[in-house]
Amino acid sequence: MLPPPFDYLAPRTLDEALDHLAEHGDEAKVLAGGQSLIPVLKLRFGAPQWLVDINRIGGLGEIAEDADHLRIGALVRHRDAERSRLLRERYPTMAAAAPQVSDPLVRNLGTVCGSLAHADPAGDWGAVMLALNAELVARSRAGSRVIAAGDFFEGPFTTALRPDELLVEVRVPRRPGAGGAYLKLERKVGDFATAAVAVRVSMTDGRIGDAGIGLTAVGPSNLKATEAEAALAGAEPSDEAFREAAELAARAASPSADTRGSADYKRNVVRVFTERGLRQSVAMAAAAGGPGG
Amino acid sequence: MQITVKVNGTAHSADVEPRLLLVHLLRERLRLTGTHIGCDTTSCGACTVLLDGMPIKSCTYLAVQADGHDVQTVEGLLENGQPSPIQAAFKQEHGLQCGFCTPGMMLAAKALLAENPDPSEEEVRWALSGNLCRCTGYVNIVRAVRAAAAATRDAEQAPVGQEVSA
Repeated sequence: MLPPPFDYLAPRTLDEALDHLAEHGDEAKVLAGGQSLIPVLKLRFGAPQWLVDINRIGGLGEIAEDADHLRIGALVRHRDAERSRLLRERYPTMAAAAPQVSDPLVRNLGTVCGSLAHADPAGDWGAVMLALNAELVARSRAGSRVIAAGDFFEGPFTTALRPDELLVEVRVPRRPGAGGAYLKLERKVGDFATAAVAVRVSMTDGRIGDAGIGLTAVGPSNLKATEAEAALAGAEPSDEAFREAAELAARAASPSADTRGSADYKRNVVRVFTERGLRQSVAMAAAAGGPGG
Repeated sequence: MQITVKVNGTAHSADVEPRLLLVHLLRERLRLTGTHIGCDTTSCGACTVLLDGMPIKSCTYLAVQADGHDVQTVEGLLENGQPSPIQAAFKQEHGLQCGFCTPGMMLAAKALLAENPDPSEEEVRWALSGNLCRCTGYVNIVRAVRAAAAATRDAEQAPVGQEVSA
């Protein structure tokens, strides 16, 4: 299968790219890793008039911390996240998710921000960013805009990004000592998730301070299990609390039956993975020790 | 648009539509048909090539993106007209049956060995997890990659001019 014809632009600066997006708006798609976009084109699920290739723009490939946030630039590849010592040491939910995204070949090119902007309901990073209460930074010629992850995913392959905006980075609040997990069930390596759960837990004085839970492939978009999160805030990290949260997370899911499983099956996977993920995350946070989580 | 891509060490210039996939540039323009198209859904890795040494699925990469870059295909594995240790090992260990996935497997293996000269079975399986094989059940593929790793390490340790058995 072949992509439909399109015109191709390869700007060398961010400003040039933003100019192209301002000019061509919803007739344009951004090409970063292309590991979701090119398959869409090959299947003819989309036929943009313009592709704006951002791969030749410098300065977008950083994983770095500032005083308050971890910042992931637009050209950070899944592979970079997978190999990042910083993520391994301080951002366990992300470190757990990165190696589980697709397969190593796709991870060499695909980007974290690209995955978020593509907003496949079965995308892994969306659930992670929801669990982490991340913020997405959108740039346009008009300026910069910060969108909370909870406000970013609007539906299948639909985000709050405007056609003239480029997602330039995603930023994650620093939470020293947080524990995290990403549990994903897939039929085979490289497959999309049957269901997956992203968990993040911060502890304070032996109790759960706050928690984040994001869900993959069990709804019309990545979902945030807000009721489960609320139930965990300030809670004793008991089996009972984990089970209750897991039940609430399962109820937050609205999976569809398909070749990967029935709705009930997927819901149950969410329940089991939430419980398991909370257990793992609490253990990790407790081991990290210290007040403030 | 005009692009120049170095393929197996030789620069090629071509005028291409932006929508031309890299795999089609290689197979149809350059007649390098060792790179295969297996699934058309970015799943199987039969189309694997090395882009600046990094394994990618060439069916999910545009030729225009490769402008100014280096691409290695399976045809580029020969060393002075002789099979590379990877090719010799795949033959020796019977790491193929129909051979369709094999170019991709060998190139993914090459990239792995460049980074990790002594991979465990687990590490080989992980690195090649983007390459699917319908024939072999993977066992001999893993053996072949580890044999290639050993042969490469032996060759690097042998004094110049001394023959080393694989």
